[in-house]
Amino acid sequence: MKPHDLSESLLKHPFLSNMNEEFVKTLTSCASNIVFDEGNYLFREGEDAKTFFLLRSGRVALEVGGGERGQIRVQTIGAGEVLGWSWLISPYRWHFDAYALEQVHAFAIDASCLIKKCETDCHFGYEMLRRFSEVLERRLEATRLQLLDVYGSAMGDRGENY
Amino acid sequence: MLETPVLDEIKSPNSMAPLPATIRRIIWETDDTYTLLIDAPRLDGKEFPFRPGQFNMVYAFGIGESAISISSDPSKSNLLAHTIHRVGTVTSALSKLKRGDMIGLRGPFGTAWPIEEAVGKDVCIAAGGIGLAPLRPVIYTLIRRRSEFGRIIILYGARSPLDLLYRVELEQWSKVPNTEVITTVDRGDSSWKGHIGVVTGLFSYVKLDTPSTIAMVCGPEVMMKYTFEELERRGVSQEHIFISMERNMKCGVGLCGHCQFGPKFICKDGPVFRLPQIRHLIEKKEI
Amino acid sequence: MNLFLVNPKSDFTMDNSFRIDQENLQHLFTTLQKRGYETVGPTLADEAIVYDTIASVEDLPVGWTDEVGPGKYRVANGGGLSSFGYTLSPQSWKRFLYPPTRKLFSAKKNGKSFELTQENDGEKKHAFIGVRPCELSAILIQDRVFSSGEYHDDNYLALRRNAFIVAVNCSQAGDNCFCVSMKTGPAAKDGYDIALTEVVDGDNHYYVAASGTEKGREILTEIGAATASGNEIAEAENVVRRTTAEIGKSLDTRGLPKLLAENLEHARWDDVAKRCLTCGNCTMVCPTCFCSTVEDTTDLSGQTAGRSRRWDSCFTMDFAKVSGGNFRTSAKSRYRQWLTHKLSSWVEQFGISGCVGCGRCITWCPVGIDLTAEVKAIRGTKVKQEKGG
Repeated sequence: MKPHDLSESLLKHPFLSNMNEEFVKTLTSCASNIVFDEGNYLFREGEDAKTFFLLRSGRVALEVGGGERGQIRVQTIGAGEVLGWSWLISPYRWHFDAYALEQVHAFAIDASCLIKKCETDCHFGYEMLRRFSEVLERRLEATRLQLLDVYGSAMGDRGENY
Repeated sequence: MLETPVLDEIKSPNSMAPLPATIRRIIWETDDTYTLLIDAPRLDGKEFPFRPGQFNMVYAFGIGESAISISSDPSKSNLLAHTIHRVGTVTSALSKLKRGDMIGLRGPFGTAWPIEEAVGKDVCIAAGGIGLAPLRPVIYTLIRRRSEFGRIIILYGARSPLDLLYRVELEQWSKVPNTEVITTVDRGDSSWKGHIGVVTGLFSYVKLDTPSTIAMVCGPEVMMKYTFEELERRGVSQEHIFISMERNMKCGVGLCGHCQFGPKFICKDGPVFRLPQIRHLIEKKEI
Repeated sequence: MNLFLVNPKSDFTMDNSFRIDQENLQHLFTTLQKRGYETVGPTLADEAIVYDTIASVEDLPVGWTDEVGPGKYRVANGGGLSSFGYTLSPQSWKRFLYPPTRKLFSAKKNGKSFELTQENDGEKKHAFIGVRPCELSAILIQDRVFSSGEYHDDNYLALRRNAFIVAVNCSQAGDNCFCVSMKTGPAAKDGYDIALTEVVDGDNHYYVAASGTEKGREILTEIGAATASGNEIAEAENVVRRTTAEIGKSLDTRGLPKLLAENLEHARWDDVAKRCLTCGNCTMVCPTCFCSTVEDTTDLSGQTAGRSRRWDSCFTMDFAKVSGGNFRTSAKSRYRQWLTHKLSSWVEQFGISGCVGCGRCITWCPVGIDLTAEVKAIRGTKVKQEKGG
């Protein structure tokens, strides 16, 4: 796909919504198209995080090796979402396995390319960080809600009069 | 000036006496949640009409009562369903009943989901855990009158795959034209192929036509809070968001005082509220 | 708009005022009894002036009075001729119209089904003699509570319909009274069959009586009430005027519902929670509190079951408990629920305040919490300014 076409399809991804043309161009210059077949891993725990993904279709499960508890699937993410920020934060290694539950179409963004752009253009860098903060905040909120285990009873009150 | 009610003119429906009703079947939906199918009692010689979202006080003989929403199809008023989470003495006693056994019912009480207001609009139903039960009568109604509504979006979250209610029906509903059903669980394993994550995360996968969407939300209070915030973030107006509340209830008819939520009685002013009616209270602690 | 109780109607008009003496009052007892009423009135028992079934004027607490303060109540015999020379009984008339416990139904198994028998004590006819104006307002408020919605408390309404009310205007102000602020006293304005004002002028002891209903007028005639003289009416008016002047406690009700609704997170709630024992006494003595719970029972064979209702209190730990948790675990939230319900949300629910200014909650609070002081503290450092008017 030509860069021009790529930026057009990239624009449809919610991560880029309302982004100015200049920034879209910059981001596109670090992006490429990628496909993972069902059952493949986008990345594995412990590997160097050199890319992140903007998912276009298909679903990805995030898994943690739980030792004696086996592989624990903690979350699934899908089309329109952002996968991975370990490239941004030391020690730049993945903390999860990312498993393709279905065939996955995504944009892969090259991290070293993007970091370079961010460092040369602070406005672009700020824009990227702002958008990633939002992703992080939403993910954190969802994790908190998951942690609350809201469908369980707040107190073990079996035997009470209900 | 205080007007004294004209006491001699006051008559009210007999609300305190449970009507005997026969259990036709018990369906176990999950490990701890079951549905009672009940031959509807006659109410003053008439059928037992209810509106989606209303509840009954369900009586286990000699044990006590519990406020349980009605989860059956309102067009089939001869057969009532109550989906019940087994948590205490009343709900345990009810869970042990068999076909042909009797329970008592008082109701139907409370406010209903805004079906008529949703005509011509998209309907987004967001449910968590047993919160799908009071919304099931809505889903039956929307499907029966399918052409009167726009898209139907059903987002449903539960603790684990085995805790999902109405699994067969969820599958059937997803096949109804212009209807999306997305389920998610807080805890999955590698055998679960669906979504893992909280119900609010599912909004990433649907594009709401916000000016014409009516949202109906039911689940634990925390889940509802996160959900209506997410809906608002996506541009759904507060006026178009409806939630169903739960509180302790003893009488079900606004007389015992238990279910008060600020100035609202959940039993008679609710359980279904338009969000702006109670939003200022939900955000306060221990109201 | 003032949503609190107001009724500007004046009662002492020449053509509606009678004079009765102690003998006529005894005649009132017998006349009411003859008509099938159980006569209930003040009497001395257990070192308190209580409302109970009494047979005659002999049972009235003649010469007795009460002294109250925050967390304080005692009776004293000051001598004199007054039959109604005290302020209030610890318990209000609520217990007669809305009994503390009541059987709702009994159920008997019949094969797989069951048959229900509803209990009803609505046939009882009470004549309440000595209802204070604030208490009368409380009865009118409970009338609304139990009849304004789609569903009513039929038992209450039946008892209420059958009740005959003899109000007695206040001739002394208790230290916890603030009826003037709540516009409920010290003179009865509405809702009575007969209203009396007791006048003791040296050895001259009489009552100026007004009828509020046709039945009241009929009974006054039957007991031989004479037309009151202008002087007697003036004396009665003086009694009420004196009492009004004596009332020292007040509650500023301006914008009160809004003030409390906007101050749900006020620091004062934490402060009062440190003192409050969450005993629920205030709710038990309050003449308007109406919360209840139910208890289901069965016999050993499981063949017969029953349900009874009893007064409940929003101060109990289980009050807001549900299967998944408890909505009000802290003392703060439970005190706040009580006070905001009484003075704020009640107005939205029933178009009227839930407080009549009788002061019982102050008297019977073991640590002497005074709701008027709590409101004053909140008003003094409110979070938001109320709008003018």
